[in-house]
Amino acid sequence: MAKQTIEITVNGDRYEVAIDPWRSLAEVLREDLRLTGTKIGCNQGDCGACTVLINGRSVSSCLTLAVEAHQREVTTIEGLAKTPQELHPIQEAFVEKGAVQCGFCTGGMIMSAKHLLDKNPQPTELEIRQGLSGNLCRCTGYNKIVEAIGDAARRLNPAKEGQ
Amino acid sequence: MTWPRPHLQLGLPPRPDALDKASGREKYACDFYPPGLLWAGVKRAGVPHARLRGLNLAAARALPGVTAVLAAADVPGVNRQGVVQKDQPVLVDDKVRYSGDALALVVASDQATLARALALIETDLEPLAPVLDPEEALLPGAPLVHPERPQGNLLLEGRVTTGQGAAALEGCAVVVEASFDLPRQEHAYLETENGWAQMGQDGRLTMVASTQTPFRDRLEVAEVLGLEPGRLRMVAPYCGGAFGGKDGVTVQSLLGLAALHAGGRPVKMWLSREESILASSKRHPARLRYRLGSDDQGRLQALEARIIYDTGPYDHLGGAVLTLGLEHAAGPYRIPHVDLHGQAVYTNNPIGGAFRGFGVPQVAAAMEQTMDLLATRLGLDPLELRRQNALKRGDVNPVGVTLAGSTGLAQCLEAVAGHRQWKEAPAWRAAAPAGQRRGVGLAAVLHGMGYGPVIPDVANAKVELTGEGVFRVYCGVVDMGQGNAGTFLQLAGLVLGQEAEGLELVLPDTDRTLPSGSSSASRTTYTFANALLPAAQALKERLLARAADALFATPAEMALVPGAVRHRPSGRTLPLAQLAKMLSPEERTATHRYRAPVVPERPSADPALQLHGLPHGVFSYAVHLARVEVDELTGLARVTGYLVAADCGQVLNPQVWEQQMQGGVAQGLGYALMEELPAPAGQPQHTDLATYLIPTALDLPPIECLAVPSWEESGPLGLKGCGEIGIDGPLPAVGNALAQALGRHLPQAPFTPERVLMALQEDGKGAGS
Repeated sequence: MAKQTIEITVNGDRYEVAIDPWRSLAEVLREDLRLTGTKIGCNQGDCGACTVLINGRSVSSCLTLAVEAHQREVTTIEGLAKTPQELHPIQEAFVEKGAVQCGFCTGGMIMSAKHLLDKNPQPTELEIRQGLSGNLCRCTGYNKIVEAIGDAARRLNPAKEGQ
Repeated sequence: MTWPRPHLQLGLPPRPDALDKASGREKYACDFYPPGLLWAGVKRAGVPHARLRGLNLAAARALPGVTAVLAAADVPGVNRQGVVQKDQPVLVDDKVRYSGDALALVVASDQATLARALALIETDLEPLAPVLDPEEALLPGAPLVHPERPQGNLLLEGRVTTGQGAAALEGCAVVVEASFDLPRQEHAYLETENGWAQMGQDGRLTMVASTQTPFRDRLEVAEVLGLEPGRLRMVAPYCGGAFGGKDGVTVQSLLGLAALHAGGRPVKMWLSREESILASSKRHPARLRYRLGSDDQGRLQALEARIIYDTGPYDHLGGAVLTLGLEHAAGPYRIPHVDLHGQAVYTNNPIGGAFRGFGVPQVAAAMEQTMDLLATRLGLDPLELRRQNALKRGDVNPVGVTLAGSTGLAQCLEAVAGHRQWKEAPAWRAAAPAGQRRGVGLAAVLHGMGYGPVIPDVANAKVELTGEGVFRVYCGVVDMGQGNAGTFLQLAGLVLGQEAEGLELVLPDTDRTLPSGSSSASRTTYTFANALLPAAQALKERLLARAADALFATPAEMALVPGAVRHRPSGRTLPLAQLAKMLSPEERTATHRYRAPVVPERPSADPALQLHGLPHGVFSYAVHLARVEVDELTGLARVTGYLVAADCGQVLNPQVWEQQMQGGVAQGLGYALMEELPAPAGQPQHTDLATYLIPTALDLPPIECLAVPSWEESGPLGLKGCGEIGIDGPLPAVGNALAQALGRHLPQAPFTPERVLMALQEDGKGAGS
């Protein structure tokens, strides 16, 4: 089958890549663009380690064909912070609250958290847990992840504090 | 040598590795895609027991894009691997012993070609009757997994008796008896087994793999490939989880073989989730029968334990797992008479191997639920029964070892007794709404540290002041996610007076770091830090002396401060970068070897049990508490509150300590509530994470962790291991809570809604309990 050329914007950078049309977005991000922060834990949409945003919506990039991202904006964990030297407040909260152990779920977990907080800036603990229920973590027991996301919500909306 | 007592915070950020992991920059073994990469993959047997009559590789070899198709005859060295006994073929040469056995290896230009080539391999397998039940496997006439073994399907049998053994049960006022059936558990690390390798033009093979054991892997792979170990370089980045499942080679031998046939190009191998579940080792399914007796006051007198572990087709670490289970079978109590008997049995089921807890969660499940049966029979409070019998420093433990070191179980019990979750338990239970039942259960557990008396438990640390004036810590033992690498930086910084920016880390690499054993056995920080602290101290003393020479001063007048050595009386500083230029590389480097002490007692004269690790001398302790709510309509048991109070010696980094507790408890709650991997007809019933369920964020409660610190004389800065004590207790704590809610113990775990509902229905029929 002929290769197909797609244009995608990833973390603000525009790429034109010629790919086999059956390849997943996760694979193209990792192998062709060398953005390996997007992990593959199951390649079946069960674990959430490959979560990225397409036009602001979270998707499992292992279940998304790369051609579906044609002319769309993809955000991966590498592009969440404003500059490579900085951390996004969610990343900061994960680091400080000890939400990272082996770290293999972390990127996907943070992208799901980003999607959740964009939709719902002040989630309850249950809403956080529901928002993460598609992301498996085998190391942490989720306690510190839930705590970090609550903390990130407060960092992102300091004005709401104390209301 | 004396060390400063640790502060709770040592001034470094929590987990130096967290930053690169949270930003997506960290490179795991699977993240390398070097130019010219080839892909390797394996044809698996798919049947549990069969004679290999032949393989037709011609069609696969003829496929364009295929570099090599290899079978057993292509293994240049010894076609057997294994940590203790080499009984597992790299590529099957005679017969298939489990569904995950590897038959042929393909190297191809890309993943699609690889998949096509694997599908083109024709196998000629003559089916053999499989043996799938460990008890049936011991009967005369059972099919033999390894017919050449004189012991038949028995991998290892062990017995420890003290006092009058089981005969003492006759004299007990009260005896309770129970049987337990525990499931096979999948590690489900998120990063499946993988690595990449390349044969260099210098004839040296470099391999980067997700592993807990790079130094041991090197020896194993060298033997398989028929190479001198010095021609192999193994590199172990951070693992994306391992939990025992990467203790021993997974893809490494196959990957090395692929690299020999790749014409100098790099080769990558990465198991799919399905292949990982099919081929990897699991927690041993276990059957246990316990008889526990006490006097009428609840003083434990005698225990008889019968333990069978299904070890699957290969030894892997099954003998060691059974032995640690046997040692911990009687729990953390004074029991003068025990008869503990265990068998690890070969079957054609998935491989039983190392999994966090290493044989202890199974026996803790049996012992702690039996303790609650005894408490009920005696009419005693379960906490009171444990208090009465808890091991204390100076006691002789059930296998006959004097506990000369820190023994904080009693303090853990007191911490739980005084905690809100325990004190409010009766009121909380009574407040169960209609349609729900509630229970609160306890479990007291212990976990030994290290390899036991025979295998040297050794670490070799190396610390260097680089030419740029930064301290480089050569970490000889893998960080599979638990954070020990960061802890090593923290400890080096403490001794050398440096902050994070003055320190850097080299992860395990057989060319650069020194052999320090496996990342396992609750030993990682205990053993390596015992080597690291003296290495750092030696380097510090040398640097102070050399700086003093340079400034015409005495070493006592000098201090290491961030980035420099300061002459304290004058305030003059010598930057470390400048000091480094005055020293040869040898002078800038210090190493230290540490070997963990062993205890002199020998509970068993059997050399096999000693080799497999019996006994230990240093233990961590914990008391677990689970609050469980049962829905009478659906049988769903939810854990709504959890508390663990643990004595792991001194806590160096409270956040990392709590991570270990919470993570262990989480996996233990999965084991208690939902995880089981049956293998009907020798095939894992689940092949993905949609059907093999591990806990999600919605399944786990807040997990409260109380550190009950003791001072462990033999530990670095008083520390003991904390990696496994968290996983030993959840199943029995939940089981005991459920028993309180249901009025009966469930003999079979995990406690799924179906099993709970059936117990409720039997209850409704008036069967009583």
